[in-house]
Amino acid sequence: MSGPILDPRYALPFAEAALPVLRNAQLRKNVAHAIDTIQAKRARLVAEKADWQALRDAASAIRSHVLEHLPGYLEEFETRCTAQGGIVHWAADAAEARDIALKILAEAKADSVVKVKSMTTAEIQLNAALEQRSIAVFETDLAEIILQLGDEEPSHIVVPALHVNRAQIREIFAREMNLPNLSDEPQALAEAARVFLRRKFLTSPAAISGANFLIAESGAVAVVESEGNGRMCLTLPQTLITIAGIEKVLPRFRDLEVFLQLLARSATGERMNPYTSLWTGVTPGDGPQNFHIILLDNRRSSILARPVERQTLKCIRCAACMNTCPVYRQTGGHAYGSVYPGPIGAILTPQLMGMQHAQSLPFASTLCGACYEVCPVKINIPEVLVELRAEVVAQGHQSIGGLFERLAMQVTSFVFRDERRFQVAQTFLRFLARLLTRKDGWIHALPAMGGKWTQTRDLPGLPPQSFRMWWRDNEAREPAKDA
Amino acid sequence: MRASLFIACFNDIFFPQTGRAVVSLLRRLGVEIAFDARQTCCGQMHANSGYRPEAWHQAERFLRLYTEADHVVIPSTSCTAMIREQYPALFAAFGSESQKRELAALLPRVSEFSEFLIDKLGSADVGAYFPHRVAYHASCHGLRALRLGDRPYQLLAKVRGLELVELPNTERCCGFGGTFAVNNAEVSSAMLTAKLQDVLSTRAEICTALDNSCLMHLGGALHRQYAGMTVMHLAEILVRTETSFAEAAS
Ligand code: SF4
Repeated sequence: MSGPILDPRYALPFAEAALPVLRNAQLRKNVAHAIDTIQAKRARLVAEKADWQALRDAASAIRSHVLEHLPGYLEEFETRCTAQGGIVHWAADAAEARDIALKILAEAKADSVVKVKSMTTAEIQLNAALEQRSIAVFETDLAEIILQLGDEEPSHIVVPALHVNRAQIREIFAREMNLPNLSDEPQALAEAARVFLRRKFLTSPAAISGANFLIAESGAVAVVESEGNGRMCLTLPQTLITIAGIEKVLPRFRDLEVFLQLLARSATGERMNPYTSLWTGVTPGDGPQNFHIILLDNRRSSILARPVERQTLKCIRCAACMNTCPVYRQTGGHAYGSVYPGPIGAILTPQLMGMQHAQSLPFASTLCGACYEVCPVKINIPEVLVELRAEVVAQGHQSIGGLFERLAMQVTSFVFRDERRFQVAQTFLRFLARLLTRKDGWIHALPAMGGKWTQTRDLPGLPPQSFRMWWRDNEAREPAKDA
Repeated sequence: MRASLFIACFNDIFFPQTGRAVVSLLRRLGVEIAFDARQTCCGQMHANSGYRPEAWHQAERFLRLYTEADHVVIPSTSCTAMIREQYPALFAAFGSESQKRELAALLPRVSEFSEFLIDKLGSADVGAYFPHRVAYHASCHGLRALRLGDRPYQLLAKVRGLELVELPNTERCCGFGGTFAVNNAEVSSAMLTAKLQDVLSTRAEICTALDNSCLMHLGGALHRQYAGMTVMHLAEILVRTETSFAEAAS
């Protein structure tokens, strides 16, 4: 599962990683078709909520409040969860979280686990660590099964197999489940998965999940899903390990009213998600008897310390931003080289990597603002992108455009600081442009970095007279004259 | 009414006809126009590329030049958005208390071109005549940062002879994004192709917008592909009248 391409430490820069995808007609059709469908559903369901903006305001306010008082709410959660028989662990980073999980599984003598779909476990590359210790891992979310059996990488945080179409799923299942006559009807595919999974649910001694929300006042954990397979994992095995980022906490149970309305509509375009599981610690004789929760920091507290970037942690992982993103629509998720793709991935991934990796991601956006418009917790993603760009530049990690760009920026800045320099630069530019301009008045090929523009676009040649020249010649002398 | 014109750096060099159209149209509507040739650039490219101190010089310059202006009119949605959205943070980081106050006082007097026509002059009908089939591209900054809403459509609806055709997926970015178009040239081109499919499906003669940067992107590809469609800033449409057409013909 955790092939190197989704590891930001080894991933190619975005522009390069996008190239093979852009040439993959099947993948691009699958991605565009899938997100157009989800987006249309979302738009319909958002339109029917008269209080949509009020809900967003409430969600944004609650999440901001939590982030301002995070330590207090986490302690409250720990106290309540412990009182109900849960065991709370704190992990500073991915390695510590993996170690804690491995230790718990060793104590439980578990040689296999069933998993609820979880981004946090993907973030810490848990599956690879488990497999290394010869623990068999069975993903149970239908899309995750497709990826696991097909040895594919996830390309979306809610619909991870969105780049795979029905015929391709049939092929994977037929091969891996040994069902040569399987049809590609959705029912037949779901039935095949159901039979495949049932035995795992009944025989696995342990389950691993993420969490959508942690409730501070009661110590409860909430997981939302569509298929009910998560519910099976959360109730059948004797040992349950939940791994959650520290930002996932909400103050009160009733806050779910706001978030469940927003999340289902934003994520899958449904009024309500089909399964919402909530549990508090351990209930004797019912469900898992050993419940562990690992609270993961993994640089979240350093994100929290930055006033502009902090809002990144408001995210509820609904994926609306990637579904609406015009960049993601062309590239899909793999080009981001992270388990978190799209606009949220572009801001979250480099921060989780301490700005040491994934530095091309903050630049993988036109700042068009479509993500901010749909985000249910009102994260101003363009603002954070610009902030991170400044950080990349300030650190001198110049993977984008390299020295050439830095030079160009400094030269233009020097020029723009004085109108006489600007005038001289214009004259020089006009002279250069004239050498490149064809008879039709257009530039068809630019040298150096400019060639990136002219590989698909022409550039209008420079008119002989700039606006300021025209003004000087016609207006400055006779200000009253009509143009 | 007096208004100061801010002509973005690339509009100055590449698209002087837009500035000339704005001057001519606003005069027709009785506005007295000033242009301060000390202006250069709003700093958008620097800010959006992560070069903050460089952007700050431009922001400070803008404030210095326009702090006394009654109105500042900018025929570029992205420059207006830069000033409105990013200047406050730049001044918060680098500016003095008095500069912050001056900026707060100046911002309400800074208008994008269509905002100025509709909100400040109250005129949707500017007496234009333009007998062509036209599609309007709602640039991202105009749509989401400035929330121009139906202002451009109000203006277009009043142009005599103009046939306005609806552009599908108008909220979708054309893929320009400043340095993005070069640093992520292939992805940018893929986005552009998707946009062109929508633009060409309108079978308009002209695609217009309130930002020449989008139009440079779209127009550059339309020209490359011999698509038979051209681009034109909205000001250049609104400035045309029956007389100007007659003049052009003679
Ligand atoms: S950033 Fe906003 S839109 Fe994107 S996944 Fe997070 S909550 Fe959803």
